[in-house]
Parts: sequence; structure tokens; C-alpha cells
Amino acid sequence: MTDTQQPPLLSSVQMARFVAHGSLRLDAVVPAEMNAEAIGFLGRGVPGVPYGSTVPDAYPEGSFVRRLLGIPAVAGALRGLVGPDPRVDHHAVHIREPHEGRAQPLHGDAIIDVRTDAFDVQLMYYPQDVTLDMGGTLSVPGSHLRRTNESDTGRYQNLLGQSRLVCPAGTVVFLHHGLWHGGRRNESDAVRYMFKIRFNPTVRQRRLWDTSDLGHPRVAEELSTSFPWYEPATGRLEMYNRVLLWRSLTGDESFDLEHWVTRVSNRPQGDAA
Amino acid sequence: MTVRQQVLVLYLGTSALDSPVVCWSVYDGTGRTSPTTGDSDEPPYKSGVHALEDGWRLFQAAQLIPPYPGGEYDVSFLKHEFFFEKLVEVG
Repeated sequence: MTDTQQPPLLSSVQMARFVAHGSLRLDAVVPAEMNAEAIGFLGRGVPGVPYGSTVPDAYPEGSFVRRLLGIPAVAGALRGLVGPDPRVDHHAVHIREPHEGRAQPLHGDAIIDVRTDAFDVQLMYYPQDVTLDMGGTLSVPGSHLRRTNESDTGRYQNLLGQSRLVCPAGTVVFLHHGLWHGGRRNESDAVRYMFKIRFNPTVRQRRLWDTSDLGHPRVAEELSTSFPWYEPATGRLEMYNRVLLWRSLTGDESFDLEHWVTRVSNRPQGDAA
Repeated sequence: MTVRQQVLVLYLGTSALDSPVVCWSVYDGTGRTSPTTGDSDEPPYKSGVHALEDGWRLFQAAQLIPPYPGGEYDVSFLKHEFFFEKLVEVG
């Protein structure tokens, strides 16, 4: 980001958590006066920007969104996930009206996206306190590596260990592009707002965060996280795919969890003596 | 007598009907309830067999299909899908 010279970078433990969960949550990082400002204009919508805009082109200096992206915690997270100077894919205001009848079907945004060495992130900003009955975003931790297309997952209403967002005003959540999510039914009397921006990286996503703790045991612990909705057999494949993503993000082709990738890659070529 | 169908979809941890529920959906042909995405954190039953014990009738189970060649390590949809029904009198 051009606005912030030294944003606090993510740690390796935080990145590992993102790789396992497919999301990164920053509670109440946006100040109250900006939240009040956002609620004042989000209902009118935010004009679109051309696909692939730079941040300075999309959001002029001093604009609300530029200031949002300049908040150190937000800037540092974005820098660690997609690197410097990401492009703005698109943005949108999502509004859940009071007492609307249905939730969104569970979906991944855009179309099926099976890149294993790159990913987009979606910033989701919640300017108001979100209570359970306001229909905060449903997301399914650890679903981001599933190869499914958009709302083909719409048959899944509830999954064990799902996340139904309840958060304080000013919370920002970053989602991996593949994460299954959806706006829940708003059963409250309040309109719920969320502002979303999708970012495309412009650099190779490798060691973009503070890697000084790369060898910390908590990195492997975070990467080994299982989720209650995983079928046990497929859960092992999740670990396999996570290892491949972590290898891509770090450049460490020897990294593994419990030998999952090493074992099935072992094809000795040398003849026995 | 008029009857309507209620449908329960359970996704289980393995292909065994007595394995734990990991995902669930409900559709109500009576119109009395309107289940939707993200409306509950607690599964209605612990396993498929528990649903049978409560009167749900199994009418479809997912086949066991080998992975597509080259896609053996891919993850995608939930594999172990079981459809149940109840026929409920209305009116």
C-alpha cells in the first residue's frame, strides 16, 4: 500500500492459520468515527471501478476506502496475503434487509478457481455490531481448497463447526477466494451492511509476511487444524493440499505434515546395490 | 387425507449409515417451517441411524465412486450423502 510505509506484517503463525482456516479475522480494527461514516453512505451503494484497477486509481487519496486500506492492521494483513500493489478485482456493498425470508445459498465467489500457487483475497468490512440474529456471514472454515463451482454447494444448509459471524463494529475479515460462505437470513429489525473488495495479487505470493517465526512449532500446529465437518478420510486429503499450498507460499519443498505428501511422492529411481 | 413430504439430507463422516453427521439440510413440504442456510449449529441427529430411529425413511444414498484418475488428492463435495423422508398429514 502506498499510504502506509511500515504496516505490521502477519507472522508465520498467522499465515499458517489463514492457510488452514481460509480466513483471517481482525476484530474492531476500524475506528468508530469511520464506522459511523460508512453506515451513512453504504446504503446508497459505492460506484463500481474497472476490473483490475490499482488501489490509487480505484480509491483516491483521502477517500473512505483508501483510509480503510491504510489502517495499519488492514494494510499489513493485505500485504502479507497478496503482497504490494494488488489490483482491485471489484467491490460491492452487501445489504441484508430485516426479516428477509431466505439466506444466500452457500457458495464460493466468482467461478471455480483451482490455482494452487496463487489466490485472491476478499476483504469484508462490517461497520456495525453484528449479532447472531442479524444474519452475519456464514462461512465454513477450511473449505477454501474444495474444488466446487459457485453455488453448487447450495444444498448444504449447515455444517458442523461452521462460523456464523458475530462481531463488533469495525471488524474486517479476509477470505481466501475459495471459502464457502453466504449471507444468512436477517431475523432482526436492523439493516445489516457489509462492504467487500476482492484483491488480485500482482506478485508471486511467497514469503510476503514476517517469516522470522517460520520454524516455530505453532506453524505446524496451525496447519494441522482439522474441522468438525471434515469426513475423516477427506480430512487427510485436506492436509495433503494444505502442505502443497504451504510449500508454494514458503518455497520449502521439504515441508510436510505427518509425512502425508512425502509418502505418496516417494518413487526411488536408484537400483539396489 | 392430504400428505406432504418432509426431506432430511444428512452428510455422514463415512459411507456407513451409523457414522456421525457432519452436515445437514431440511426441506419442509408442509410449508410450516422455512429452514435455510446457516440456521443451526446443532445437527438434528448424531448419525443416520438415529434419524431412522426417529421415523425418517431412507430413500437415497450416495454411491461410492472411485476418484477420477489424476484427481485422487482433490477435495470437492461431501461424499456421503443420505436422503430421508417423512410423510406428514396436513389439513
